Amino acid sequence: MFIYPENWNSLSPDEKMEARFDYWISGAGVKFETAKAEESYRQGAQRIKDIIQLKKPDRVPCIPFADAYIAEYAGIPYGDFLYNHEKAAQAVIKFHRDFEPDYSMMILGPGKMYDRLGMKTYRWPGGDLPIDTKSYQMVDSEYMLEDEYDQLIANPEGFFMRTYMPRAFAALEGLRTLPSLYNAMEFPMLPMLTGMLAAPPVREALQALLDAGQLTAETRGAMGKITNEVVGKMGIPPTLGGFWKVPFDIIGDTMRGTNGIMLDLYRRPDKVIAACERLVPISINIGVEAVNMSGVPIAMGVLHKGDDTFMSDAQFRKFYWPYFKQVMLGLMNEGVVPAAFVEGRYNTRLDVIAESGLPAKKTFWMFDKTDMLAVKKKFGSWACFGGNVPTSMLLTAMPQEIKDYCKNLIDTVGQDGGYFLSPGADIDMATPENMHALIDAAREYGVYL
Amino acid sequence: MTEKLVEAIVEMREEDSAHITADLIESGTDPLEVLKMGRDAMKIIGERFSNGEYFIPELIMGGQIMSKIVERVKPLIKEKQAVGGTTTLGKVVIGTVKGDIHDIGKNLVTFLLDINGFEVIDLGVDVPPAEFVKAIQESGAHVVGLSGFLTLAFDGMKETVQALEEAGLRNSVKVMIGGGQIDEHIRNYAAADAYGNNAQDAVSLAKQWIGG
Repeated sequence: MFIYPENWNSLSPDEKMEARFDYWISGAGVKFETAKAEESYRQGAQRIKDIIQLKKPDRVPCIPFADAYIAEYAGIPYGDFLYNHEKAAQAVIKFHRDFEPDYSMMILGPGKMYDRLGMKTYRWPGGDLPIDTKSYQMVDSEYMLEDEYDQLIANPEGFFMRTYMPRAFAALEGLRTLPSLYNAMEFPMLPMLTGMLAAPPVREALQALLDAGQLTAETRGAMGKITNEVVGKMGIPPTLGGFWKVPFDIIGDTMRGTNGIMLDLYRRPDKVIAACERLVPISINIGVEAVNMSGVPIAMGVLHKGDDTFMSDAQFRKFYWPYFKQVMLGLMNEGVVPAAFVEGRYNTRLDVIAESGLPAKKTFWMFDKTDMLAVKKKFGSWACFGGNVPTSMLLTAMPQEIKDYCKNLIDTVGQDGGYFLSPGADIDMATPENMHALIDAAREYGVYL
Repeated sequence: MTEKLVEAIVEMREEDSAHITADLIESGTDPLEVLKMGRDAMKIIGERFSNGEYFIPELIMGGQIMSKIVERVKPLIKEKQAVGGTTTLGKVVIGTVKGDIHDIGKNLVTFLLDINGFEVIDLGVDVPPAEFVKAIQESGAHVVGLSGFLTLAFDGMKETVQALEEAGLRNSVKVMIGGGQIDEHIRNYAAADAYGNNAQDAVSLAKQWIGG
């Protein structure tokens, strides 16, 4: 947990970022078992800081973002990561012990918590998907109605609490009647608030939230075990400390849904823009809170609906990018490194991003299928990037093909530093030989002279 | 007025489109003629999508405008008339494979195939291999499109092609696959005939195989 020093508010954004990096790289709060583990952790974390600042570390770091593959490799269903934490912890530890990746991955979730709240926006293995399904999935639908933009804009948190959450969670129906907290301001008004809390539907919803907290806390033991083994004993640092979202994706993914937001671009474009603006500080706050909690200064936004094929360049420049950029700037102001996982292709977006004047040496970009030579040309002088090793190859190719692919990336776009090797998306299926090939490639071909 | 309706739809002017449709009907235009204008407009929208001028918002908006026109016009069309209407290039069965519930890409492909003259049998999402087999047997389709956004779809696609093989359909049906992580490696893995990088590829493949 990163605690703000007393002089935090007087620090510049650069000093804040430095303070966060120092905290992370020092391994504060980690109980290292050996000096070697501590050294290895610091070296790994320092490498990431170096590439973000466009320096050449000793070698290219490899971040093998593995997800369901960790379960597959251990021979357990992915759903065990939600419902059988003991087995899940063993699987995560085994993955790190056997593959010795440069960075650690933690995939564990409180399945019973999702069940207790009855989350409707997602389906997950062991919930209403078969336990061996290799992914949780979003249910693309309308969870905010077309005429609710004004409510969202006027009071986002109130809208989330009393309208969105009751709609998106079966057990939180009672929050609809939750009274205004503003009654707390006066002695004779307070009973207006507390009286409503006694109503059975409200009590049921609040009880569900209490239970959800408890069910989440029950994963702590397994999480602690993983941290002790993977970070403390093996000295493998984590790289991602939290998430944020592009405002357009917040509305388009789990609020209005794809269909809804696309129609809104024509039917009520001004409302979409006003809502995106309103969500900027909220998204920044989500990232900052998570980074404070984890102590890792990098927060990732997974980009969805701004891809080359989703909208025109004009729409991207009008609805998507301005607020995306504002969130990144806001995170940087708080000393957080904004990372973007660019799903799909961003070939037509590189120019507007590169020419936007985003501060250099403070961002982190992971690409999927975007042309990496173009990325190198347009981002190389100001931002750290990586990605692009196809997940399809990790499942189907021979190890030597993986190595060749990685070597080619390192030789053509990674030769100057500011670069990390990684797959283009999370790895759910692979062969062990190919996982080794990916991780080894950075060590074999990525050493800087 | 004909051109005005087509233009209003193509330019995404929803209210205009509704007004012009109402005017056309009131002035006694054959409802089938109005529908044809709608289809012409959809075709232009599809072309603009293929040319990179239009994107998902326009396909969804265009589809929405069109469905309102259909809603308005349909009660006026005698059944016989409707049946005697269009001929298709051929049938295509499409669906998102087992385990995957993503439908954005699949819906785009369905839309483009439809406006390009194919009869599309859309099985929806999370479709088990047996349902593909059944739909192909019942429809006699010679092309099937398998969609999937997640990497887990790799196996869903492979299993579906195997099921076609086991049902003795593999030689009479061409299989195309597409989605976020799909490429030549997965085409080979799933033993499909071709893969597409975008919705337009699906139209080209279907035309190449059955649409002349």
